[in-house]
This record gives sequence, C-alpha cells and structure tokens, in this order.
Amino acid sequence: MKDIEQKIRQFIAENFMFREDRSALSDTESLLEAGLIDSTGVLELVGFIETEFHIAVADADIVPENLDSVRTIVAYVKGKLAAARAAA
Amino acid sequence: MRVERFLTESALCHREKTALVAGVRRLSFGELDTLSDRFARALAREGVQRGDRVVIFLDNCWEAVVAIFGVLKAGGVFVPINPSTKEEKLAFVLNNCRAKALVTQERLFPVATVAREVAASVSLIVVARAKERPPQPGYLRFEDALETESPLSAPDPGIDLDLAMLVYTSGSTGFPKGVMMTHRNVVAAATSVTTYLENTADDIILNVLPISFDYGLYQVLMAAKVGITLVLEKSFAFPQAVLDKMKVERVTGLPLVPTMAAMILQMKDIKGSDFPHLRYITNTAAALPPAHIARLQELFQGAKLFSMYGLTECKRCTYLPPAELTKRPASVGIAIPGTEAYVVTEDGRRAGPGEIGELVIRGAHVMTGYWENPEATERALRPGPFPWEKVLYTGDLFRTDKDGFLYFIGRKDDIIKSRGEKVSPKEVENVLYGLAGVREAVVIGVPDPILGTTIKAIVALAPEWRLSERDIIRYCANHLEDFMVPKFVEFRDELPKTESGKISRRLVGNALEAAE
Repeated sequence: MKDIEQKIRQFIAENFMFREDRSALSDTESLLEAGLIDSTGVLELVGFIETEFHIAVADADIVPENLDSVRTIVAYVKGKLAAARAAA
Repeated sequence: MRVERFLTESALCHREKTALVAGVRRLSFGELDTLSDRFARALAREGVQRGDRVVIFLDNCWEAVVAIFGVLKAGGVFVPINPSTKEEKLAFVLNNCRAKALVTQERLFPVATVAREVAASVSLIVVARAKERPPQPGYLRFEDALETESPLSAPDPGIDLDLAMLVYTSGSTGFPKGVMMTHRNVVAAATSVTTYLENTADDIILNVLPISFDYGLYQVLMAAKVGITLVLEKSFAFPQAVLDKMKVERVTGLPLVPTMAAMILQMKDIKGSDFPHLRYITNTAAALPPAHIARLQELFQGAKLFSMYGLTECKRCTYLPPAELTKRPASVGIAIPGTEAYVVTEDGRRAGPGEIGELVIRGAHVMTGYWENPEATERALRPGPFPWEKVLYTGDLFRTDKDGFLYFIGRKDDIIKSRGEKVSPKEVENVLYGLAGVREAVVIGVPDPILGTTIKAIVALAPEWRLSERDIIRYCANHLEDFMVPKFVEFRDELPKTESGKISRRLVGNALEAAE
C-alpha cells in the first residue's frame, strides 16, 4: 500500500511541485492553499488517478475533502480500490 | 456619489442582512460597514491620507472586502493585485504607484516582504491571519487594525472626482499600466451593469473570480451597491464544491469566464434542476463557443445568459440582451446603458454594417487615464465627436450587423487572453530573457479546450546550454502570475525573423497554424 502513496507523491512532485521550487510536502498540507494546484491541476490529478489506478472519479468526488492533500488523496484512492475489490 | 457610500447606504437599509459569505465567515452589512470604518481609522492613524495608494495583495477573503471599503473610507486609492504575483512585479507596482501601504496575508507575507524592501514609499504593511511576531514599526496585524473603536472623524473623505482605484493591466510594452478610475467612473460602471442585469436586493451572487481582476472586483462593488449577498470563493479548482455552495446558498447570479463554463460542461453528473434559484449567468473576458452557449442554456433552463465584453479601461463596454442570444449567439451585443459604443475605420469614419474597425467607447465609465503614463493615455483616450471630451479607443477590432449589434473580431496588438485575463507576450518574453541560456524567445497563444487560449513559449538556447521544458516553466512560475506561465515550451535552433532581423511573433504563429 506504500506504493499508492509513492505514486501519488511522485505525480505531485513531477507535475506541481517543480513549479514552486518545493522539495518537501507534508501529508496534510492543502495543495490549493499552498498554491500547488489550480483548476487545471485538479483536472490533471483526476486524470492521473483514473488512468493509474483504474478508478472512475465521479464529479461529486472531486472535492477538497478527497483531493486536497496527500493524505486525503491516498485515503480516497484506497477507499475506491477497496470498494472495487468488494464489488468484484 | 463616492463608492464607499454603496456600503454605508446598504448598511442603513439592510443592517442585519448577510452581505458576505467567505468560507465559514458570514458578515452582515452592518458588520462590514463597522469593520471597514475601523480599518479606515487604523489606516488614518498610521498616516494614510487622502489620495494615498494602498495595494491590496490578498486572495478572495473577507479581509479583502473590508480593506477595499476601509481604504476608500480613509480617502485612499485601492490597488488590487493578483495573489499569485511574484516579488519583482509586486515591487514594480508598489514603486510605480508609490504605494503608502500594503495589505496582505500571512501566506503572501514572504513575497510582500521582499517587494517592500525595494519600495521606499511603503511605510505600512498590514498582515491578515499573521503569526506572532515582535512589534515593529510600520507593521500591523489586520485583526489589531479592527480593534480601533473610535469613529471616523471625517464622514466624507473626499469628492467623487477623486481616484477610487488603480487597476494594473498588461500592456503591449511588457510593463503593466495602472488604469485610473475615479469614484464617478466606478459608480457609473456599477450603475449601468446592475441596471441591465436587473439586480435587486433579493439577488445572491457567487463569485470565484479573483477580486484583483475587475470582473471579480465589481461583483463586490455591485453587491454592496444593491444590497446583494455575495458568496466569495477562492477558486474554481473544485467545481463540485463550488456548485454545492451555490445550491446551499440559493445563488441567483453566477459570473463566469469561458474556462469555468468549459469545466462545468465537462462534469458528468451535474443537474440543472439542482439550481432552481439561478436567475442569470454572465460571461465575459472571452467569447463562449456557440456550442457551450447552447449547452449552458439547456443545463440551466431558468437562467438568462448574458454575453458581455469589456476591458479594464472602462470596466464593461457591451452586453447582449439574453432575448437576442438565439438569433445572434456570436454577438457581444450593444453598448451598456447610458454609454455609447461604435466602430471607427482606419481613416476615422464611422464604420457601416459589416465593415471592420476599432471599437470606441464613450461614457462616464471610461477611465481617467493610465497612472503617470501620458503617452499610453494619449493613445487610448483621443478626441471624440465633440470638442470637449476624449473617448476610449479599445484596441479591439469589431464589426456590426445590420441591426447594429457588435461582433468581436480580434485585437490590434499581440495581447493574449488566457483564463480570461490579459497576458502581454512581451512581459513573458522579458522574463524568459532573464534566464541564463535563453538566446531567443517568443510567446504566443495557442487554442486550448478548457483555457480558451493557453500560453506557449518558443525558445532558442545559447550554444552549449541544456535546459528542459520544466526548467523554463519553473523559472517562469517563479517570476510571473499563474495565468501568465507558459503551459508548453518548444525548442528551436533559430526563431523566424523579419527582413529587418526582428523576431517575428506573427511568423512563428503562422508556421504553427500551417503545421496543424
């Protein structure tokens, strides 16, 4: 499961953090407040989650509670994967 | 009439009514009026006098609204600046307008501090949500500024010919220009716009546009004028969260730019029936594609859609009455109430139907000029049909149809509109040339399904230099506001030049179009 967090951190580092010259990011820091993502950033993040983890992200899921920090993103992805496994 | 009277008069009529919803904070008109009085008092105590410029460097928060009205009540001129502005540009603005004070927030304090160090005129910095710091001269916590109990000594801090605000806009030279708006200009614009939108005190507007951008700023001013509740949001990054807020707050008015419309229309599960209170949607900054107009109308069936056009120099020029939308979806309509808009040919004649020329604007909403920039002012404000006045030459090419409705054709200069905001390619190129290894650079706009137009840099590196697309984007992100940062970078050995040896933006653009 460490793998999921690593993939997400790597995506954020490669796509958002390099712009701001940031090297560290805490688990709970708001990506929006930190100025790391904007509207197009959120769309890119959703696209990444959908292709990387084969999850369909519903509109209603695209909210700060799910996608605004490393911790919430990891929890969201794990939750969706668990739900998919339970349904299979 | 002066602009701060919008608030004081609404506070008399609607004292207990909610004026502002920003995150978890709700303020009534009475509270907003009192807080801005106190802020004005604190500014005056710290030496801000009539006509002094106060730069407001804040995101969309309640403190920004208090600061705007507080500055006006102190007789000052507010200067809103985009919160993604970097040190050099902020310093340029502080120095250009010789700001007396800077109002910011903890998150932006590092940028503000660097800029202030090279801006000798700034004698006061006010910081919202500041962490604990030892007291120092010229430093004030926003919260402490609101502790001031004593009432304002002067009920009227000036007259309506005084400057109310300076709004910096990208210029084709690469240096931003401060658009000077008097109280009279702002009142004229706000009155005209609220007239055709038929705003009443029953309206509830949701605004996510930055209030450093005049379209977002006017939502604040118009709400105060009419007694409207304003729901202020920081970003449209999570559209679902904003739409949920719209539903809960029973929003009646939604100002959009095409990027936001594209994001809404991309949502899979959105239902128009969730928004029975929505009375109108407005769009400006760039034209909506006709397909998006049709889909928005289908989605929000009870709402009127206003296509509008404007520029900072007069706030708003034209609007299309919603009843005309089906008949002429590509038109931006007619002059806003109480003003004139007409097309002038290159030889100075009024253009006939179908003939292309420059759009000219006449009205009390037209700016007073660019701050300390007589050359640029003279190019924009020129003699009109009457000897006693100047009219605004917009730099935008238009035509009319046989009924007199206006259609936008293009810009006369190279300015790009991205995410609804003006980007001067020259300003971005100036930054690129500051990066070691960049030998030649040119910046153009390329079409993008969400952003409308996005920024592309084409760069030729100096021999022996290795820079990646990321190196260039990172450098730009450190020196430019977010909406100005190139999304794509293309490397070439050589950039196309004109016969005189100048790099040609047009030739680069043409080559790209031909390649597609």
